[in-house]
Amino acid sequence: MADEAHGAADEGGLVFHPMDQFIVKPLFGGDTVGLFTVTNVTLWMALAVLAIFALLVISTSKRAIVPGRGQSIAELAYGFIYKMVEDVAGKDATPYFPYIMTLFMFIVCSNFLGLLPMSFTTTSHIAVTAIMAMAVFLTVTVLGFVKHGVGFLSLFWISAAPLPLRPVLALIEIISYFVRPISHSIRLAGNMMAGHAVIKVFAGFAAVTLIAPVSVLAITAIYALEVLVSFIQAYVFAILTCVYLKDALHPHH
Amino acid sequence: MATDTSGEHISPDKLEAAGMCVDSNGGAIGMPQLCPDWMGNQIFWLVITLVVIFLILSRVALPRIAAILAERQGTITNDLAEAENLKARAVEAEDAYNQALADARTEALRIAAEAKAEIQAELNVAIEKADAEIAAKAAESEKAIAGIRAGALDSIREVATDTAAEIVGALGGKSDASAIADAVEDRMKG
Repeated sequence: MADEAHGAADEGGLVFHPMDQFIVKPLFGGDTVGLFTVTNVTLWMALAVLAIFALLVISTSKRAIVPGRGQSIAELAYGFIYKMVEDVAGKDATPYFPYIMTLFMFIVCSNFLGLLPMSFTTTSHIAVTAIMAMAVFLTVTVLGFVKHGVGFLSLFWISAAPLPLRPVLALIEIISYFVRPISHSIRLAGNMMAGHAVIKVFAGFAAVTLIAPVSVLAITAIYALEVLVSFIQAYVFAILTCVYLKDALHPHH
Repeated sequence: MATDTSGEHISPDKLEAAGMCVDSNGGAIGMPQLCPDWMGNQIFWLVITLVVIFLILSRVALPRIAAILAERQGTITNDLAEAENLKARAVEAEDAYNQALADARTEALRIAAEAKAEIQAELNVAIEKADAEIAAKAAESEKAIAGIRAGALDSIREVATDTAAEIVGALGGKSDASAIADAVEDRMKG
């Protein structure tokens, strides 16, 4: 993708740098990005924390019986995720609700902050989403074995299927189980990265007067789509976490 | 896609091989997402961020929102219960009112009947008294009438005796008082 972009830049004088927005930069000078360097990643993650704090803590500080706008949003978010955990993963999954709420709020706030012009989208990085997906995967796997012992393996042994089919199904189930963290993380990072890169590409086309109106319209349309995608991907990440959690709590089909 | 950046550029290959993810102009080489130099930094800040968010949520935000929702649910339940209570009390009050009305009506009927009976009794007494008075008056009158009648007979007898004696004397007879009296008596009985 970057190749084609740079190639186009060489040929037609257009400037495409769709991937530059994903570069991690130190905030306070210096070139090297060490483990503890304060970077734009730090800044936008901190902003996500602030957004969550404003949304869920400051807005509810009045504890009004009749909620205002901010408190309504906080209650809505709470009810939305709580109901999802309860419906998808079962009533006994509610102790894990804060974890899922943490993931959902972080992803949804990061996604929306990433839609601000000149911003940095932390959730477009596979390193970020992969860590969250691996955390979910490991937690769910450990939880399954802790709760059910070896019985957790019955998740892969589908007793409803005819006996000859079961080993084949078990193989498929095991492969799909281990693919989960990969699909879980790439789905989010890929969606965020693709949308932002596409917007940048259309922005590059806006430099040509002839196609600029089309380009601006396209940016607007993609932006609207990205607003939708930002929420949907956070929702998908959270609901898949609930589905995996359900497997850990109730492995028997 | 990102790793095979073999192309027109000469530098990116070497730079990337040397562990660089940014070219000399500050542009991205390949996908910044796959740059291993930055992953540690991202993971470090991500872990800190998630821990901070988790602490904010689990210590402050979620218990508070849960309390608000529970309180609202409680208030609604209480209000509903109170409304139910008030409704029951209204029904009770209406019943009491109806009961009082019915009681008052019965009482009124009772008082009316009592008054009627009292008046009837008084009336009876008065009628009796009047009857007695009338009877007494009638007896008195009868007595007076009897007296008058007796007086009238005596007068008639006297007049008849006198007249008879005069008539006998005028006819030249000798009047025998006792004979005349007997004769008058005889006639009077007649």
